[in-house]
This record gives sequence, C-alpha cells and structure tokens, in this order.
Amino acid sequence: MSKSSVEKNWTARLRRSTLETMEPEDLLPDNQPAYVASWIYVFGVLTIASLVMLIATGLVLTLEGPSWWHVSSVGHFWNSMHLWSVELFFVFMVVHLWGKFWMAAWRGKRTATWITGVLAFGTSIVTALTGYLIQTNFDSQWIATQAKDGFNAMGIGAFFNTLNTGQAILLHVSLLPLVVGVIVVWHILLVRRKGVVPPIDNDATIDGGVF
Amino acid sequence: MVIKVDPSKKWSGPVRPYDIIKEGVIAVVVVALLAAGLSLFFSSPDDKAVTLKSWSNTNAPDFVQTATGELAGTTTSAGYGAPYNHAAKGPTLGPLKLQDWAGVRIPVDPANSFVVEPLLTMNDINATESVNSWKAASVDQQGKWATAYAEALSKAPAAVSVADTGNNFGPVPAMITSLLVMAKSGALDGALTTSDTPLPTDFTKPLLFLADSEGYFADLANKQHLSGDQWGVMNETGSWPGQSWLWLFSLGYQIEPFKSSPNADTLVMSILALLTIGLALFPIFPFIRKLPYKIPIHRLIWKNWYQRKL
Repeated sequence: MSKSSVEKNWTARLRRSTLETMEPEDLLPDNQPAYVASWIYVFGVLTIASLVMLIATGLVLTLEGPSWWHVSSVGHFWNSMHLWSVELFFVFMVVHLWGKFWMAAWRGKRTATWITGVLAFGTSIVTALTGYLIQTNFDSQWIATQAKDGFNAMGIGAFFNTLNTGQAILLHVSLLPLVVGVIVVWHILLVRRKGVVPPIDNDATIDGGVF
Repeated sequence: MVIKVDPSKKWSGPVRPYDIIKEGVIAVVVVALLAAGLSLFFSSPDDKAVTLKSWSNTNAPDFVQTATGELAGTTTSAGYGAPYNHAAKGPTLGPLKLQDWAGVRIPVDPANSFVVEPLLTMNDINATESVNSWKAASVDQQGKWATAYAEALSKAPAAVSVADTGNNFGPVPAMITSLLVMAKSGALDGALTTSDTPLPTDFTKPLLFLADSEGYFADLANKQHLSGDQWGVMNETGSWPGQSWLWLFSLGYQIEPFKSSPNADTLVMSILALLTIGLALFPIFPFIRKLPYKIPIHRLIWKNWYQRKL
C-alpha cells in the first residue's frame, strides 16, 4: 500500500489519532508528576465516581420503572441514592472546574480538555433537568410547566417538550447519559494523553530528583 | 538536577507513585457511602402529583374560572403562541422571533382541547347539547358568551356557577358545569391524556390546563417556594436541595431588566447560552486567561511544589 493510500485509510487515521497518541502507561499510569500532590486533584475522580453511582442507581430505578419509587420503600431509597449522587456530582464537578480554572489548566495545548469539561458540565445540567422532569410527582409537574417557557422562548420547545414525560424519560435514560458518557470519556482521554498540567511558572526550575 | 517546566511537553521530571485504578475504586466506595448516608438520614422528597380531579375537588371555583377563561381565550395557554397555537408571537430577541421560528409543532387549542372535545366524550345529553349550541354559534358570539360568563364569575369568586339572568352566557354555564362534574370524577384527566393514544406518556394538555390555574397549581408551588420570584428554578419541594447549579439561571429572573421584561425567558436563556460558550472559551479570552496568574490561588494548590523550588 502506498504512503498516500495509508494516509487516506480511515482506520489507519483513526488509529494514529487515538491509540498511537498514547502509551499504555499514559492511559493507566502507576506514577504521576511530583507536583500532582493536592486535594484539588481528588475532585476530578470524585466527579467520575459520582457519575458511576448515578449510572448504577439509575439502572436500578430503570429496572423497576418510573413509578416504583412512589410505592416501595426500597425504591424510595434508590431514588434518594440517585438524588444525592447527583447533588454530590455537581458539587464535585464545580469544585473541579474552579480548581482547573485557577490552575489555568488549559496551558500547554490543553484547550480541548477545558472545552470538553465545559461540554460535560452543560450536558450534565440538561441531563439532570430531564431527571427532575421524570420524577412523576408534583415537583416534576411544576418544573415541566416552568421549564417549558425557557425552551419555548428559544424555539427548542417545539422539539423538546418538557410536558411530554415519555420523551423526557427516553432522553434521560438513553440519549443524554450516552452523550455525557462520550464527552466524559473524551475528556479523560485528553487528560491522560496530555498529562496533568504542571504548575504555573513556565520558566521555573526545580532542584532535586526525588520530590 | 535542574528541570525546566514546559506545560506542552511530556513530563520528564520527578514523579511520585500513583495507582489510578485503586484511586478510582476508593472514590466510588467513598461516594457510595456518602450517598447512602445522606439517603438514610435525609431521604428524598416526593409530593404526590396533582390532577384535574384533585384541582376541581379542592378548588372548584378556580377550576370553573380557568375553564371559562379557556373558552374566552384569556388564559396563558390560550394566548401562548408557538409551539401550541398561533395566538401570539411570544418573546423576542430584538428582531428575532425565536419562539415562532419552529412553528406550531404541538397543536393545542385550549377551548377545544380542554373543554369542547372532552365534553363530547362524556356521553351526556346535556353536555352534548350545550357543545352543539356552542359549535353552532359564530366565533364572535362564542367570545361574547364566554367573556360575559367569566366576568360574572369574577364577581362571585367563591361560586361554581352564576345564574344567567340576562340571557348573556349562552351554553357556557352548562358546558362548564358539565366539565366540572367530569373533572371531579377524574374522567377529564383520562380524556385529556388519551385523546391521542389510549396508552399515554404525554401530559402536555392536562399540564397546560393545570398551569393556567392561579388558585391551585401556582398556589401549591408558592407554598413550596417554587415560584420564579422565589428562586424556584433551583428549589425543591420541602427543605431538600434542588438544582442549585441553576442559580445563575434563576438569578436572571430576580433582577431587572429581565424580571419585568415580557422577553425575560428569551433574554435569560440567550445570556446563559452566551455565558456557557464564554466559559468554554476562557482559554482564549486575554483578560480571563491571565486571572489565574494575577490571583495566585495556584500557590496554594501547588504549595509543596513551590516550597521545594529554589
């Protein structure tokens, strides 16, 4: 195969732009730069852990259907787990976001990492809203009637009808988690590929081999 | 060993041991324990959904007034515009009629959808006759009847009907009385949700009707501090935390010029969209991208690193 045909090969191009950009040690590291030593780094992984909990508790609720938690104490507990997981998710995510801001974490060609993080934040907010819409209680009814005005005002309501509970359920348990999941995986891969951004001080020097 | 820190280069300086899988597993366990603890101590709110049946049985005068308003075309739904009807152009953003751009994709004509069509499903001779009289009249006449009855009801706020001493209301009182009976029995909830399919998942019609109520639905929300002017967008029923991440969205509705603007929804949504795009573009804004350098919070984050630097 000629060089130009290899360059045009979709599979080869995908491999070069993904797998060949990282060493296995980048993806699953057993060490980190010495400067990665602060509590602020915990909030990224806690956000992911909360997302794992959201998916797990959401799957439990999915297995029994949207009305289960109204009539079962077990169902109500899992709904509570889902609710508190989302509260924790956003707390951790916002701390992570501001931490990365004050670290100017976009330095060193990491702009895409920052943008995918903001995308994850935005899509998570929409996903959470659809979750509130499918509670099938008074709160969800009220939120649906109020949120419709915002979406209608932008012309979006013609396609995303907050009053259509069935549509909200399908968006919340299928499409939106998929979108959030893809963006989060993309974000993590960018972090792993570029490495954790070093301290602000481009001209700094450090003395000592063992930190 | 002297190392120059270049953020665009792969790190080749000192490292510390790290186990990404172990960290992830511990994080999941910690979050699971936190969520379980919060769930056991605080549980989660679940205020029962309301219905047209609960509304009509709890506050029948409000139901009657709202239903008459649907016939008179004076409710929020009746004058809403897209995506439900052509009654208004909706909020705008300068010359842009954003609400109108996609047209009427979810057709709802409140007078027909909430009152006339459900009454025809009742199989009640009085209801059918009153609807036939209504349909036989001109639109102008229908408006006069409904408006006159709405005015009469507004003068008797505790009443569920007003006698037609001047012969001004046409079939409207009979229609509304029949609709009240239907609503109290729960049949109206079924009629509005099953008008398109016998197995409904779409509650657009009953929710729009409920949202037109000022003395029931909005009142319940007010008591639960859920109204727009109570930062309701980010609140939850009871004392539980709600969508606190919507605080900036909610703030828009608390301050002028948005608070009193007829275009508040479009303005707030547009500003939020711009701010979100702006947040994504922080790395290219000259002033914002320099803030982390000017306000040295990073000195706290990388305290150990800077302390070891000579």
